[in-house]
Amino acid sequence: MNWRRFIQRTQTDAEQEQELESYLEITTDEYIARGMAPDEARRAARRKLGNPTRIREEIYQMNTATFVEGTFQDLRNAARMLRLNPAFSITAILTLALGIGATTAMFSVVNGVVIKPLPYPDSDALVTVTHSAVFGNVRGRDFPFSPQMLAVYLANNQTFQQFGMWRPDFAAITGLGDPERAIAFLVTQGFLPALGVQPALGRWFSPADDQPGAPETMILSDGYWHRRFGGDPRVIGRIITVDSRLRQVIGVMPARFIIPIPGLAPDLILPLQINLAQPPGDFNYRALARLKPGVTAPQANADVGRMLPIYLGRYAGHRMDALHLLPAVRAFKEDVVGDVGQVLWVLLGSISILLLIACANVANLLLVRAQDRGQELAVRAALGASWGHIARSLIVESLMLSLLGALISVGLTYGGLQVLVARGPAYLPRLTEITIDSSVLAFTLAISVVSGLLFGLIPIVKVMGPKSAWTLAGFVRGGGRWASGGKSQHRSQDALVVVQVALALVLLVSSGLMIRTFQNLRRVDPGFAHPEEIQTVRPVMPPGLIAHPDRLVRTEAQILERLAAIPGVTSAAYTNSLPMDRGIAVIVYPESKTYAAGELPPTRTVKMISPGLFRTLQTRVIAGRDVDWAELYNERNVVLVSESFARETWDTVAGAIGKRIKLGTTGSWQEVIGVVGDIRDNGADQKAPPIVYCPAREQQMIGPVSPVSVAFTLRSNRTGTEGFLSDIRKAVAAVDPNLPLASINTVAALYEISMERTSFSLVLLGIAGGLALLLGIVGIYGVLAYAVMQRQREVGIRLALGAQPGTVKGMFVYRGMILSGIGIALGMAVAAGLTRLMSSLLFGVRPVDAATFAAAAGVLVVAALAASYIPARRAAAVDPVDTLRGQ
Amino acid sequence: MLQGTLDMLVLRTLVLGPAHGQTIAHAIERGSQDVLQVEHGSLYPALHRLQNRGWIASFWGTSENNRKAKYYRLTPEGRKQLAAQKSRWEQLVRAISRIMSPPSEQKQ
Repeated sequence: MNWRRFIQRTQTDAEQEQELESYLEITTDEYIARGMAPDEARRAARRKLGNPTRIREEIYQMNTATFVEGTFQDLRNAARMLRLNPAFSITAILTLALGIGATTAMFSVVNGVVIKPLPYPDSDALVTVTHSAVFGNVRGRDFPFSPQMLAVYLANNQTFQQFGMWRPDFAAITGLGDPERAIAFLVTQGFLPALGVQPALGRWFSPADDQPGAPETMILSDGYWHRRFGGDPRVIGRIITVDSRLRQVIGVMPARFIIPIPGLAPDLILPLQINLAQPPGDFNYRALARLKPGVTAPQANADVGRMLPIYLGRYAGHRMDALHLLPAVRAFKEDVVGDVGQVLWVLLGSISILLLIACANVANLLLVRAQDRGQELAVRAALGASWGHIARSLIVESLMLSLLGALISVGLTYGGLQVLVARGPAYLPRLTEITIDSSVLAFTLAISVVSGLLFGLIPIVKVMGPKSAWTLAGFVRGGGRWASGGKSQHRSQDALVVVQVALALVLLVSSGLMIRTFQNLRRVDPGFAHPEEIQTVRPVMPPGLIAHPDRLVRTEAQILERLAAIPGVTSAAYTNSLPMDRGIAVIVYPESKTYAAGELPPTRTVKMISPGLFRTLQTRVIAGRDVDWAELYNERNVVLVSESFARETWDTVAGAIGKRIKLGTTGSWQEVIGVVGDIRDNGADQKAPPIVYCPAREQQMIGPVSPVSVAFTLRSNRTGTEGFLSDIRKAVAAVDPNLPLASINTVAALYEISMERTSFSLVLLGIAGGLALLLGIVGIYGVLAYAVMQRQREVGIRLALGAQPGTVKGMFVYRGMILSGIGIALGMAVAAGLTRLMSSLLFGVRPVDAATFAAAAGVLVVAALAASYIPARRAAAVDPVDTLRGQ
Repeated sequence: MLQGTLDMLVLRTLVLGPAHGQTIAHAIERGSQDVLQVEHGSLYPALHRLQNRGWIASFWGTSENNRKAKYYRLTPEGRKQLAAQKSRWEQLVRAISRIMSPPSEQKQ
């Protein structure tokens, strides 16, 4: 295209007109000279030339980018058409905004959590170095890391650029106002450099900082820095008391720092300062490596496979003989995202159904409007607009609708994401990464263009398709109606309603299944009763106290005594691991069983308890009895086991009493004195694991388990009240005023968290289902209301001839019910195929659950009945005289 | 008229000197002894196209009977084009005539 000619095309056209005029003059002169009359000569010259306008148009078009120009024109026209019909435009735009917005919001979540790379440079090179372990008959996905592994791998690896180890912990911060419990992230020196980012302030830990006995240092997280220090850069160099030790702040983390534990935001980063001389049983860590450039995860895996025998060779003597480890290097992102990805994709799929329903709705509106615009389109066709031209201008109108809808939807998405992030479900990792970024906007643009084409093409194909006689003549013959209207159009409108109802049913069924899942989870017996009345609180014990177990146990007993004395507390106890908290996994040997050489019994969850825990939780003691204080103080070798442990190990509950087990590979035999009811420790939707409970004694009997403070549990009907909490604070402060309190919660809240995946999906699918129902009703209503309007004359005649209003009403309701009936049947079939995809979200209900399907269908039938009845009643109220006169 | 031949004929006409649209149309008709009927209207888009390609140039002048008229003349580039098109055309004509009346048939 020539832009100079494009710009000058108006002038060129004027010149062309002049040239053609000069042709006519010259030719007319010639004909007059041959003896024609002037008028006749002029006419003959015109005939000889042909149609001057067409010539000019042809030349004009040589100089234009016709398509661009035509599109501009179409845009102007489209804007005008939308302004002329505000009711239609607003309905369509809002419907689309809803569909596009819901889909975009869900995509933002998928994008932020699953798709986007982690916020570290070249983040694909970050891997979690771990092992899968075969322990007797149990295969573990993750065998935790130990300092000795770190040492061997650091010295021998060929594929790691940086390599470090980490674990989360709690720390007590004192001296900055009230004692405070902070979430600490303990790392070895290699961890932070492996991330490939720089500290926002200060520096990372040096190798010297990470040596045992080195001066104590710490790095603040961005959030804690802002919260406690107002983002003051002078914080570097400050000395802060953490766990009663003075630590110097040497750096501040960048704002975007993501660890693979959803819901846990570290406040402090502390160097682990590992002493390699300690016994090699400290399996409490996870390891992260940045691979050398060009190294793939399988290569790193092979490297670990090569190093494993070195490690085992050096440390196998230490209870490692029966441990079969296999290398399992995987992307760090996989750890961060966890199993959320699948759930989110299922939700995105479900919610995009809403967009399809919205499209069907708008397509229906457009069909109706194509009818109303018959005259306009026929005139345009008669004036020489081609099929393509008209189709293009209609498509431009559709696209304008969907793009305006997209514009509003971005606002809706923004609002929705604000709500989501503010509610902050602990279930979702990378919550702060969920934003509206360029890929989200590109997605929005793409789905709005696709939906614009989708709902825009349906009316075009139906109204102007090859079968329709869409000419001015046909239009006039049709009595002022678009000739192709009538049957074919009704059929496509009906089809769209059927599709809407079917899709709405699919969404209703999925949200129904989630409701059933939620109900089932609620109905599950968690193993404790009235969890909303069980208050928990975990004072963070300073390491100085933990170093002296005898003093620790005494302090804990003193606190318990004070707490139990609080008015309204009916029973109190403590444990190192609350329900849903998961305990420590330890190999448990039953005395009566023999294991072949190299074979190990499976690991079990072990929890330490004080007497009275089961009374507080209201967990039944099925056989035997609870431990007593004498057994705790005197370190008697007694334990309690859960019912499933007894059944799995000895096939009996009552017979378990008196049997002996050993925790770990060393240590002494422990006598089983009681069997207690099962507790769903891994979440309501998981089977209750076999658990061993032992008295929380002074001696650590399970190897060097990291010292963990205990959580107190109080049963009271005062839980959650300010007065109760302040009583608890006073009671703890009376024993030691410097203990920060953590995990102030009820067991009910812990239980809720374990159901968060379900409630999150339930809320989203519930919203989608509700909106789908609404759009479905609007769809049915719209089509019937339109039919009533169109058939007003027919209805008038019927009534005039004596038809009963009831019959007329029935006629329309019947049509509505037939349509929704077909839609429901179709939706049932589709849902039966699709719900299988969400089976991982379900609990206690099969994907094809007859009751849920029936309920969803019932809801739709009632809604459809209402949506059909209103227009039907209007039809019956038609005044025959008025109508007949009006026509 | 054959596709594309109109351009060649216009160029050929202008070899004789500048002319306005009407003269060109008449010249083609007369030169072909009225075998080739040019719809005069279709001539103008062709002229416009040739001008856009730079093969002909235009100027406003006065016709024989004192009417203002747009005259076209051949540019050097147009002259080259004409030569090229002419030789291609002659090749085409020879090829077609060989097929339509092969030498063997001529002998009989």
